[in-house]
Amino acid sequence: MRIVICIKQVPEISEVMIDEKTHTLRREGVPSIINPFDENAIEEGLRIKEKYSAELIVLTMGPPQAEEALRRCLAMGADEAILISDRVFAGSDTLATAYTLSLVIRKLNPDLIICGKQAIDGDTAQVGPELAEHLGIPQITYVKKVEIDPKENKIILHRETDQGYEIIQCRLPALITVLKVLNEPRYPGIKGMLMARKKKIKIIQAKDLEIDPTRLGADGSPTQVVHIFTPEVQSSGRIIKLEVKDSCREIIKYLQQEKII
Amino acid sequence: MAAIKVDRDKCNGCGRCIKLCPFGQIKLVDRLATISPGCTMCGVCREACPARAISIVKKELHTENFLNYQGVWVYIEQQQGRIKSVSLELLNKAKELTQKLNQELAAVYLGNESSKILDQLLSLEIHKIYLVESEFLNRYTTDAYTQILVSLVNQYKPNILLIGATNTGRDLAPRVAARLQVGLTADCTDLDITKEGYLLQTRPAFGGNIMAQILCKYTRPQMATVRPNVFNKSIPSSITRSPEIVKVKAKISPWSIRTKIIEEVKEIDEVINLEEVHIIVSAGRGLNSPENLYLVRDLAKVLGAAVGGSRAIIDAGWLPHHQQVGQSGKTVAPELYIACGISGAIQHLVGMRTSKRIIAINKDPEAPIFKIATLGIVGDLFKVIPLLIEDLKRIKNE
Repeated sequence: MRIVICIKQVPEISEVMIDEKTHTLRREGVPSIINPFDENAIEEGLRIKEKYSAELIVLTMGPPQAEEALRRCLAMGADEAILISDRVFAGSDTLATAYTLSLVIRKLNPDLIICGKQAIDGDTAQVGPELAEHLGIPQITYVKKVEIDPKENKIILHRETDQGYEIIQCRLPALITVLKVLNEPRYPGIKGMLMARKKKIKIIQAKDLEIDPTRLGADGSPTQVVHIFTPEVQSSGRIIKLEVKDSCREIIKYLQQEKII
Repeated sequence: MAAIKVDRDKCNGCGRCIKLCPFGQIKLVDRLATISPGCTMCGVCREACPARAISIVKKELHTENFLNYQGVWVYIEQQQGRIKSVSLELLNKAKELTQKLNQELAAVYLGNESSKILDQLLSLEIHKIYLVESEFLNRYTTDAYTQILVSLVNQYKPNILLIGATNTGRDLAPRVAARLQVGLTADCTDLDITKEGYLLQTRPAFGGNIMAQILCKYTRPQMATVRPNVFNKSIPSSITRSPEIVKVKAKISPWSIRTKIIEEVKEIDEVINLEEVHIIVSAGRGLNSPENLYLVRDLAKVLGAAVGGSRAIIDAGWLPHHQQVGQSGKTVAPELYIACGISGAIQHLVGMRTSKRIIAINKDPEAPIFKIATLGIVGDLFKVIPLLIEDLKRIKNE
């Protein structure tokens, strides 16, 4: 069985702040990390590998420095890492990204593709389903539990819904996108890190692919960012610091005045 | 080929773009801004450059045939025989868009046994209802719903297609967009029409730290998923003309549905859809440990409220994911939101700042949550909440 994990290197969003004075994004010293949901994807891949001896390939599209994120995946236990990197891919939206990834993944011919639910920088949750469509395979999103039936070539999944969850069965090959609750990602050990340093990361450029240049990068991206601004945070409220009893009285008064109680 | 360029004559090396680049892809080389290969052409630097030295050139694409694409469609999602709030919110906003465009508003419903939904739709101000009924559409499956929605789009050619950013909507929309090879903007929080007649889509990015405005000039329909609770709902009106119903036959072969739902599990315990309730009591890291969650649960109980949580405590496993409020969780806008021990990181604020009233209880007077609170209580929640519950119970019994 062959599993492909798609990951993305992202800035650690929780450390990105807005500069109060200039109202702009302050990202100095903000570290790059593997998108947290993708770590759950890798962990799940590793667990399947340990149980059914699968081959695990991690894949990312990004700038050369994304190699660092791939090394960490290798250290966690992935067998192979591929970096799709080329200047012509710059400015890809989700559709162009999914197209480019599909060209590489089709050649790998995997049984299962695991992606994180969404990346924390863009939060679109679109690349997974768009990739599945480009590959012509079924998708199951918002997965919180995975079981594999290798004999029947099937997966059984718990997919989160607004009401609870549904249990879905699907034949492989398939693509799934996973939630945090799925598992607890492991930390790479020292041995893993040493091994990862020696491994070679395969780099794929546009010239290595049979590619339609009109579907690549910014030109192949139908969506276009035309303006960016920082959201306003209004402050219209009343802030009080009182004794506990008086605080409670203020809350009750407020709730009554607003006819909540 | 698309390209981003820095005009060497205009760039004065001020470095403003370097500070602003969300991806850290600009360096100063020989006192000139130099863009690295990881650039995503997001346009932040172009907007910010005081010298107007940065330009992004995209290849001009063909825009013919787009006149055939007319009307604004809203994909109607249902839950237990009722139209979901997000779909009603979209219908209301879409009405405004159609007025600006002078085009028709249509609702699109896929399902089985649609009479209840149809009744609700008929009381609303819409021009058309596209209705597809089939036993294979009884429950949502990616394959069947994609197939039908794509064929509707190809046949009737809408200008704009809007879908709620629910778990279902976010599963369906990208699949449809990819099959149609069109652009899709996720999780919008505002929509408008530009002077040129394009759909202007506004959405948060970078955990809500910035808002991006997006156009989709080159493909039709213009597709977006929209967050629940950002627009007002469409309400039944005493209209004179009822909508035209267009019934479309579904051609679905059961073999084309590749996923099989074996079982639907409803988790009754605490599963109240946060997007639909009037009061939410939310817990944050300030509660210190999951054992203390009883405080918010008890407070919620006396108020008849639902329980939510910040990303920090959901990541820590104190509450399940569907109770998460914020950028990567749910967007809520209840009548009252009570934030207990939540500091108010921007990614949380994005998910609840449209709440009508916000009470924040936090011991740190500098906590950002106080900036948006309508009533902020600086104090120890372990003391305030128990007393508050007691007071509320007493009032209830009076």
